[in-house]
Amino acid sequence: MWRLRSYLRPHRAALVVMLSTALAGIVVAISIPLVIRELIDGPVTDGELGPVLPLGLLVLALGVLEAFLTWWRRWIQSNAVLNVETAMRRDLYAHLQALPMTFHSRWQSGQLLSRATTDLSSIRRFFGFAMLFLLINILQVTAVTVVLLVMYWPLGLVVACTAAPIVWLSMRFENEYVLVSRRVQDEQGDLATRAEEAAVAIRVIKSFGRNRYISDQYEAAARTLHATSMEKVRLSARFWTFLEVIPNLAVVLVLLLGAIGVGRGALTPGELVAFITLMLSLVWPVSSLGVILAMSQEAMTSAARIHEIFDTRSDIVGGTRTIERPRGHLRFEHVDFAFPDALDEPVLRDVNLDIRPGETVAVVGATGSGKTSLTALVPRLFDVTGGAVTIDGVDVRELDLVHLRQLVATAFEDPTLFSMSARENLTLGRADASDADIEEALDVAQAGFVRDLPWGLATRIGEQGMALSGGQRQRLALARAVLSRPAVLVLDDTLSALDVHTEALVEEALRRVLVDTTGLIVAHRASTVLLADRVALLQDGTITHVGEHRELLATVPAYRELLAADSSLEEAVS
Amino acid sequence: MTPTGKSAETEWRGIAKSDEDERIERIERKFVGGSGTLLRELLRPYKFAIWVLIAIVLVENAARLSIPYLVKEGIDTGIPPIRDDNNLEPLFVIVGIVLLATVTQAVARNFFLVRSGKVGQDVLFEVRRRVFRHFQALSPAFHDDYTSGRVISRQTSDVDAIYEMLETGFDGLVTAALTLVGTAGLLLFLDVELGLVALCCGPFLFWLTNWFRKSSASSYRVTREKVALVIVHFVESMGGIRAVQAFRREPRNQEIFDDVNDQYRAANLVAFRLVAWFMPGIRLIGNVTIAVVLLYGGYLAYHGEVTVGVLAAFLLYLRQFFEPMMEISQFYNTFQSASAALDKLAGVLREEPGVPEPTRPAALPDARGELRFDGVDFAYVEDRRVLDDLDLRVPAGQTLAIVGTTGAGKTTVAKLATRFYDPTDGRVLLDDIDLRDLTSDVLRRAVVMVTQENYLFSGTIADNIRFGRPDATMAEVEAATRALGAHDFITALPDGYDTVVANQGGRLSAGQRQLVAFARAFLADPAVLILDEATSSLDVPSERLVQQALRTVLAGRTAVIIAHRLSTVEIADRVIVMEHGRIVEDGAPEDLISAGHGRYSDLHQAWLDSLA
Repeated sequence: MWRLRSYLRPHRAALVVMLSTALAGIVVAISIPLVIRELIDGPVTDGELGPVLPLGLLVLALGVLEAFLTWWRRWIQSNAVLNVETAMRRDLYAHLQALPMTFHSRWQSGQLLSRATTDLSSIRRFFGFAMLFLLINILQVTAVTVVLLVMYWPLGLVVACTAAPIVWLSMRFENEYVLVSRRVQDEQGDLATRAEEAAVAIRVIKSFGRNRYISDQYEAAARTLHATSMEKVRLSARFWTFLEVIPNLAVVLVLLLGAIGVGRGALTPGELVAFITLMLSLVWPVSSLGVILAMSQEAMTSAARIHEIFDTRSDIVGGTRTIERPRGHLRFEHVDFAFPDALDEPVLRDVNLDIRPGETVAVVGATGSGKTSLTALVPRLFDVTGGAVTIDGVDVRELDLVHLRQLVATAFEDPTLFSMSARENLTLGRADASDADIEEALDVAQAGFVRDLPWGLATRIGEQGMALSGGQRQRLALARAVLSRPAVLVLDDTLSALDVHTEALVEEALRRVLVDTTGLIVAHRASTVLLADRVALLQDGTITHVGEHRELLATVPAYRELLAADSSLEEAVS
Repeated sequence: MTPTGKSAETEWRGIAKSDEDERIERIERKFVGGSGTLLRELLRPYKFAIWVLIAIVLVENAARLSIPYLVKEGIDTGIPPIRDDNNLEPLFVIVGIVLLATVTQAVARNFFLVRSGKVGQDVLFEVRRRVFRHFQALSPAFHDDYTSGRVISRQTSDVDAIYEMLETGFDGLVTAALTLVGTAGLLLFLDVELGLVALCCGPFLFWLTNWFRKSSASSYRVTREKVALVIVHFVESMGGIRAVQAFRREPRNQEIFDDVNDQYRAANLVAFRLVAWFMPGIRLIGNVTIAVVLLYGGYLAYHGEVTVGVLAAFLLYLRQFFEPMMEISQFYNTFQSASAALDKLAGVLREEPGVPEPTRPAALPDARGELRFDGVDFAYVEDRRVLDDLDLRVPAGQTLAIVGTTGAGKTTVAKLATRFYDPTDGRVLLDDIDLRDLTSDVLRRAVVMVTQENYLFSGTIADNIRFGRPDATMAEVEAATRALGAHDFITALPDGYDTVVANQGGRLSAGQRQLVAFARAFLADPAVLILDEATSSLDVPSERLVQQALRTVLAGRTAVIIAHRLSTVEIADRVIVMEHGRIVEDGAPEDLISAGHGRYSDLHQAWLDSLA
């Protein structure tokens, strides 16, 4: 938490205003009942009319001042704390964008989101509220108690004695409450997962007529949540009841002792009224102290969770070299690769492959043989654990990262579309692309359907926009990669969701692009392989054969196994 | 937000808001105000409990409100006897009553909180149960329009909004309203003149609260919108970080994020500043009222028209008067969103299932599996016919493949055969019984569809296979997987059949998922199997495995296969080619190929070429 103080630095003036207005507010709040006491004891009791007006006006002035101070504090505070929160969120986002794939494959975006929203809000609340009032409430409680003790010490003592159990109670309550709330949250989450599953799989459920079965399961989970929620209700009912009972019991005692005091002349009626008013004004600061302490604890936890991210450093740092006139000579030299959380299970080992400028090589291998990992090494989404990947003889790790990723463009099998306009999605890698460039890329990828969207290129696509079919998404991803005019084009099984006809058209157009671009293509269909000049067979993480398609088909049984069509079909054809 | 900011945003976000969205919103808006009816209906079983609660809350508030009055009595009638002849008795009586009031209040309050909480939770449970069952009962036609995202948010964020209201706002609202009315009454009772002076603050309070209510409703909406933008952009950037980094998208992303982040900040600032005006505003009115009451009360006291005790009671009551006002404002947004949520849920609950259960169901003890389409017309949208007078008879045991271009009506045939939809005209018959005369339990036992989704539920592999027949023994499950050639890969998994399938089957390959889906259908053992086949994402060895399993699954039952790739057609007894909702070719695959130059034989040739 202390480390986040740098975010507060620009708002030092605001913090001073917040603190001083809050303190002044307390002084005013305490003085109002004291003036009222003067009024009751003086003019009202003694039957003088003279001082009523000035004292009454003083109460009025103090009342207005109190309201003004509250307004000022909140006004300043809203701006300051929101700026702090926004700045932290911005930095968090920037840091996350820079962290490598190894980090992101370990963290789900939901987990990251809860840090960017829930945790930051909890820190914001601490800065805007808990931090301030922790100090102020303690001061207020102390000050009022002192005033009360001075006024009439036996009563003051009664009040001081009731404060302790309230603080203790509210702290204990808050802790228990956090526990049961977390359980409720978990159970709500479980229920949400079930609702989600039932919604997504509705057609499967209907097909098998299992609606009742699924509903019963859901209902059982809802019943558990109901029970836990009732536990929470009972807990907070008990707490709020006690919270009201304790001050009221204090009122009973104060009234009893105070009235006796007044009767015996130890206390004036005005003092008694002021006393009760002041005492009741303590209820909130005292009871909230427990809540504030718990909030601070929560903010500490949040800060720790934020720092967990800020403390992670990217291990993929760009070099300084650039290639003036890239030819696109891509080489894998004795490349080893393993994911950092499974270093003893290498995904790739001793991979050697030389792709000459302008040449296109297809990588073929069974599921899980490491094809996708191989392609991810080129733009340094992951780094090799042994050997090197070079472009035009330069190790990719020595290249400037932005420059490298300009040289290499990848069209992924599972194309990521963002909830933005089609244009924004297409120009991901080249924001300055002209309309003509875009048209050309759309033609190559047979993605002309974009023009027929309701608002053409301006149509929002992705989750929050127009839904596209798998084949359409892949064609967009392909257009995106082609548009960035890379020296090396990587196609990671980009055509798998296309129908036969479209695939043929795309391939024809791609051939033209690939004439002077170096291509690395992951394929599991013979038709795609034919795009390539040569084929590399990846088996168990290493390249076992390189050659032309026909040649491998004829000589390597494992290759035939992977690419030849259904055996019964072969019979039918022959 | 500046106008330029808006246009810049539109530029990257693009335009959405399709016709379909508007239609859905109509469904949701159809029953605006439905929340009231729904709420009444939900609360009906608790009529008695609610009356008890109302009585309790009245007692509680009476006890609470009596305390300042009793303090006044203590000062006015308790003190003089002590002063005069040291007689403590009147004071003891009053203090005793205060104590009694305190205890009464505590007991009543606890009872109220627990009981009202119980009613709230019961209602919430009922809402969850009803909404879930209703979504399950609604026909797939409804689910085609109403996306799963919407279904989910009805059951999560909307239900949560109601939960939130029950948890935070309900009790506060009741207490605040009663305090307001009760206090006003008591003030007038204590002293009419002074009471009227104090209540002069009423119009100001009303005006301020009303202003706050309106402005915070709109600012709340804006804040929700802005935070949604932040969340979407954040989640999508992190989820798609591979594409972001590969295409050097970081600077542009940061630009966009800074923009939405700042818009969110600005919206929040508006909301915070509303509160910054409202809270001190209430306090100002309160403090001014106190000062006026003091001035006027002091004047009256001077003339002996009010006592010190009355003045003290007034001050205490006024404190109670203003505090709940500030609290109500905190809960206002909760109420707002809960009421909107109830409206939406009410709308959904009034949707009728498109395929109703029969009133007089026909019996079908043992389905043979003969499927017949008899003059079937079908249109999803009026006047846009997808099927046109379709006649088709699939004899029991036949494997029929349907091929054709996208939009030819292949999938519609499957959806009618499984009664996901009912035909617009004509009949679909199973063993000569109209599907509309069969209960869904009977129909689903006889006809099962395996879709291309291959959805795996969270749970073990065995649970997933048993999904169609939960009472199947382990031996039966294994028999099914062995028959399909899936037994080996399942036993090779870390926990075999008990391996937990995480995240929609993430650990299994696409081919393996399909085998599990087949095993599920095989175990359910329906007379008719409808297969929406899509093996595009499988590599050749997996596809081969799946094709082999398919032969086993289809043996001895009627099957309709929607063929997207032609590899499946090879195992069909009969192929129909569809175009524009009509059958254009029909025959055994070999016959159609040897006939040459038909549509099917063209498709087949193109496919052979693609295999290279």
